[in-house]
Amino acid sequence: MNWYGCYTLFTREVRRFLNVNMQTIVAPALTAVMYLIVFSYAMGDRQVPGMEVDYFNFLIPGLVMMAMLQNAFANTSSSIMVGKLMNVQIILMMAPLSALELIVAFLSAAVVRAVIVGVVLLLVLVPFTHIPIGNIGFILFYGICGSIIMGAMGLIGGMWSKTFDDMALLNNFIIMPLTFLSGVFYSVKQLPEMWQSVNHWNPFFYLIDGFRFGFLGVGDTDPYKAMSIVLIATLISIAACLKLWSLGWRLKE
Amino acid sequence: MSFAIEVNQLQKTYTNGKTALSGVSLAVPEGSFFSLLGPNGAGKSTLINILADTVKPTSGSVQFLGHDLFSERAWCKRRLGVVPQEVAFDPFFAPRDILKITSGLYGVKPDKVWIEELLERLELTQHAGKNSRQLSGGMRRRLLVAQALVHKPKIIILDEPTAGVDVELRKRLWDFMRELNRNGSTILLTTHYLEEAEELCNQVAIIDKGQVLTSQSMTSLLNSVGSSTLALGYHSPLHITAEQHITLEDFSPRVDGNALLLTLKKDTAGNSNFNDAYQAAISCFGASSTVSIEDEDLEDVFLRLTNNPAEVQA
Repeated sequence: MNWYGCYTLFTREVRRFLNVNMQTIVAPALTAVMYLIVFSYAMGDRQVPGMEVDYFNFLIPGLVMMAMLQNAFANTSSSIMVGKLMNVQIILMMAPLSALELIVAFLSAAVVRAVIVGVVLLLVLVPFTHIPIGNIGFILFYGICGSIIMGAMGLIGGMWSKTFDDMALLNNFIIMPLTFLSGVFYSVKQLPEMWQSVNHWNPFFYLIDGFRFGFLGVGDTDPYKAMSIVLIATLISIAACLKLWSLGWRLKE
Repeated sequence: MSFAIEVNQLQKTYTNGKTALSGVSLAVPEGSFFSLLGPNGAGKSTLINILADTVKPTSGSVQFLGHDLFSERAWCKRRLGVVPQEVAFDPFFAPRDILKITSGLYGVKPDKVWIEELLERLELTQHAGKNSRQLSGGMRRRLLVAQALVHKPKIIILDEPTAGVDVELRKRLWDFMRELNRNGSTILLTTHYLEEAEELCNQVAIIDKGQVLTSQSMTSLLNSVGSSTLALGYHSPLHITAEQHITLEDFSPRVDGNALLLTLKKDTAGNSNFNDAYQAAISCFGASSTVSIEDEDLEDVFLRLTNNPAEVQA
């Protein structure tokens, strides 16, 4: 095993996003703060129906998780895309790195970026509120699994995209709708019956709901059911990455 | 003889239906300085990309130092350094960092002394701390050469490394490659500068339309396939009669003003039929005032083979 190579790639990926931290950390934090301000003013002191929770406190975990998911996706997808356009991918493909070493490095870096963004967001948002931390284990489980799933999707999306247009298509028509319609801004219990069941088919819904359960101790679905769904999704996305990379899908053709 | 690279029946058809390689077999002896030549679109880059593991072959096998590339990838790739044809650069880092990272990717802790030497030899020391976005095209190409060498590979593959590099630097680059070759590295290169290949390399293969036309040592190629021209100068313009033409038939006689031009052939040992040709000429026109022989160089051989592959017997 070439673990030193894997470690090198991991540190390269981390240094890459730290080098441009204005776009990769500060900007997402600012976006989340703006969402929080706008929505909390619009909603006033309202409580979330059927939950006995301030809307403000309801919103924070969702916003944090959404930013983590989007940044995990952005980290791998932009690295692969820029690599393709600058031909750096060739250097990676020539190096003696197995699919496993490569995927471990890319996904760990995506998780690190997501966690940094999540922590920065919490530090920024917490002074505005008094959000409880119910169960740190849940928070970590959903945060890390969610970042792995999204990092893996970014990796696959990056391999699939031939141009930045393809990438924008993926972002605007799949990733954005899935994250926005996952219950970040609302409780699915507020929705009509039909839309509630549609939401239950959105994998992001379980990530956001479980993550929020970690803070508030209340959620829209059974956290253990959500946990098994998320765990299975995590394993499937890692396996898909390994398979596609070792096949050289859209890279070695 | 042991081989650094052995390629067997390699075929590649791209998904768009274009066949780039149709059964290429090639053996690069260990320690050789090997040039792979061919016109544009001959399949050189496809072959190099398959060796570099950036393109999957449709069928066939590749071995490095007796190890199969596709079943012992890491072992093979650890011993291989490739300078790709396309300029690739990492826009997030400076050259010195890029070299440290590349070394790490190969599982080798960065050797500071070697990295500084590479920067020095490739004249990048002054630019080693700049962001690579600020490098010129020629510098980026030299950085790729340094990246290919940073893990001290046994086998070095260079795909058109001197395209766009000025004469002075090209000379220094080749000096460096010669030194690495003397120290035991096997070098495989593709280039369009045939006089460079002739000067540097001791082995040569010519491929065209996805097939190997010939693969042998440089001297044997120049001897066996390469012919030379015997020029005999006389005092007045010549005219060849039909009878004389028959006498000289074996040497495809031509007249150029006062000179008689005859084509000499060499046998596999490198001996030419100069005596026969000279005797035949004297019997027709008497002794000449001047005698000169011009050897065909690699470029002439290359053009003749790729235009008329049927000529190849070797």
